[in-house]
Amino acid sequence: MKLSRRKFMKIAGVSAAGLTAAVTGVAPLTGIAAEEVKGPAYQAKGLTAKRWGMAMFVNRLQDPALIKQIAESCHKPHNVPNIPGDQEIKWIWADSYAKSFPDSLAETAKDHNFEDLMSKRFLLLCNHCENPACTKVCPTGATFKREDGIVVMDPHRCMGCRYCMVGCPYGARSFNFHNPSDFLEDVNQRYPRRMRGVVEKCNFCTERLAEGKLPYCVEASDGAIVFGDLGDRDSEISKLLRENYSLLRKPSLGTGPNVYYII
Amino acid sequence: MLKDLIKDFIDEMKPKLINDRMFIMGGLGAFVVLFTSPFWLNFLFSLFTGDDVYERPKIALPTEYKECVSTRDYMRAEHMQLLDTWRDMAVREGKREYVDANGNKWDINLQNTCMSCHANKPDFCDTCHTSNSVDPYCWDCHVEPKGNQQ
Amino acid sequence: MLDRLLKGSPLFYIWLVAIGGLIAIGGVAYIVQLIFGLSVTGLSRDVSWGLYIAQFNFFGGVAASVAVVLIPAFLHNYKPFHKLVTLAIFMGIAAASMAGLFILVDLGQPQRMLNVMLHPSPNSMMFWDNVAIFGYMGLFMFVGWVLLEHERAGMEPPCWMKPVIILAVACTLFFQIVEGLILQGLPGRHYWLSAIVTPRFIASAFSAGPSILLLLCFLLKRLIGFDIGEAATRTMSKIITYAMALNVFFYLMEVFTAFYSGTPGHMHPIAFLFTGHEGQIYWINFWMWGAAALALFSLALLLLPSTRNNMRLLPWILMMLVGSAWIDKSLGMMIGGMTPNVFETITKYTPSLAEILICLGVLGIGITTLTIFWKIVLDVKKQAGEY
Repeated sequence: MKLSRRKFMKIAGVSAAGLTAAVTGVAPLTGIAAEEVKGPAYQAKGLTAKRWGMAMFVNRLQDPALIKQIAESCHKPHNVPNIPGDQEIKWIWADSYAKSFPDSLAETAKDHNFEDLMSKRFLLLCNHCENPACTKVCPTGATFKREDGIVVMDPHRCMGCRYCMVGCPYGARSFNFHNPSDFLEDVNQRYPRRMRGVVEKCNFCTERLAEGKLPYCVEASDGAIVFGDLGDRDSEISKLLRENYSLLRKPSLGTGPNVYYII
Repeated sequence: MLKDLIKDFIDEMKPKLINDRMFIMGGLGAFVVLFTSPFWLNFLFSLFTGDDVYERPKIALPTEYKECVSTRDYMRAEHMQLLDTWRDMAVREGKREYVDANGNKWDINLQNTCMSCHANKPDFCDTCHTSNSVDPYCWDCHVEPKGNQQ
Repeated sequence: MLDRLLKGSPLFYIWLVAIGGLIAIGGVAYIVQLIFGLSVTGLSRDVSWGLYIAQFNFFGGVAASVAVVLIPAFLHNYKPFHKLVTLAIFMGIAAASMAGLFILVDLGQPQRMLNVMLHPSPNSMMFWDNVAIFGYMGLFMFVGWVLLEHERAGMEPPCWMKPVIILAVACTLFFQIVEGLILQGLPGRHYWLSAIVTPRFIASAFSAGPSILLLLCFLLKRLIGFDIGEAATRTMSKIITYAMALNVFFYLMEVFTAFYSGTPGHMHPIAFLFTGHEGQIYWINFWMWGAAALALFSLALLLLPSTRNNMRLLPWILMMLVGSAWIDKSLGMMIGGMTPNVFETITKYTPSLAEILICLGVLGIGITTLTIFWKIVLDVKKQAGEY
């Protein structure tokens, strides 16, 4: 394949312009030096924690528009395709009390006294469990728990056996039945897509934590979602959880979820 | 007893008729010819087309950046190993800092580090990969830089 | 010994070609699945395992059931079973290869299959299952071949075979136990989170597997006049009766635990399998009632000596038993584990045409494997004057 000199210069020009835009766009956030011209140098130190966790103010997360905005704030930059039907892919979504906390749904909870709670919506995502069933069953180590408590997927290694989906009691995982690229409209240039035949899920925005930023959903939630170190007694999230009553999804299973619902 | 069995087994395997021997030798010959076909087919085609010399493809290097994470020779020969190591460091170990031989720090990231300089996939990646008949599936997931889409 | 395949009756070759057609259809369906991904299946986000893993469950059990022949034949030196040993072993190999293939066709990225070996994860039961399948295949190919060579030479198996056979028996049990444990240890799946699942698997395997073996032997008797003898048939049907009685008993224990305790999670899957959900009937309900009826009816006929020992009736009883065990262990086990889903709602699952064709293709490969091996075994037996 041959390329004319003119065309080559054009490509080089466009990429240089794109790069300059990218660097200047990132600079104020990460404190990258403006005179850095060697290419994208290593950026600001990432956020670290003993055990990352999340707490949500359920009452402040009832507006359907806000819920939609939060889900989009996650799905768009993570290149999560919008696939209709039951072979869909989702990292964060909202569902009813009955579906979110089915084991707390004793027959008596159908009583009218619980109408208020029953009508609430709950944002669901991977719980990044203390004792995750999904990593235990994975036969290749494609999903595993990091030292900071985040349960991540290595899509390079996943062979698509879907045992983790069967194992996860929270339905947090999605499988790429289709080729996800066929369902993506605008692709985020800074984050990879997935290939067909692998499992994916919420990653607590590890790529953003590495850049010193909070997860997308936390930023989009207008303060209704709090993210922090549950292993630190003095962190904001730990204080909040001490002061407020919260729910955990299926705590009796012993998986130790790290996403709390403050009601 | 085991010795008898082995002897028996060998006896049975022995071609009993001269015809069998011909079949076996013919079969082995056909196998050798087929197995080595890429070599002599290539040779035959080169006689007709004349381009039997492999030429190193010319790739488009970034113009505005001179330094890479390693030397040109190393990158040319070993970039796949480096990428493999980087992948495991970033995805599996959560380590995103890479210090090169000159002490420069780099963010371990294929799309946002490598591809921000090497923004020309068709003329940088593909040229070499195509002429060497390698088909890496990095791009099934990792997004090509915008530099290509104009 | 493979040369024996070159000298067969026309029927043998017609049969191979016919099964080859089945494999070809399955192969085309699999190519379609490779092109379009698992989107061609009826699976979904909530029902992530279906017909493939269901078949894996059942045929893994058939493979494990070889123990039922090996234990009496070698550990108790029960003579009437000696004629059956090599047949059972090669049936086991065919079944184990099918079990492996059912996992393979279920993978979203089959070319990464070897990741299980490259990155071994002993905490995963799927890893151990892989070990079990390959161990099983290797061990039984060796055992089967050595036994066959001795049969051909008219010799008794060598003395060092006994420890190898004990290891092989352990391997069959390991295979079946691990297969049960794949399902049994998942906290969110009520139907599977029960200590009786693996025992049920073993009981089901030890009744359905030998039933298939016995049915195939009835077929051989008709086709080529190979007779395993009345003593072997009677003993085998007794073993099947005991195993089936346990299988039914274990299931009833499950039903009691669920409905006496009244635990919703425990009750829902069973209620769904038999009665559907909120008045709506699903196709699986008919199959489950059919399985229950066939199981009870075949067990009743097996328990009565007069019907069990009636050689004209026995094949029909066994067919009913295999049918019920197949529904229970494949469709019932898988759909029961997946419905209700983890949100305690119903996501319908119906296998797609592609799924069914691929399963038939794998079945075809299993039947071909069985035919080829049994042809060799039966040739050897004929030469030895066994029939």
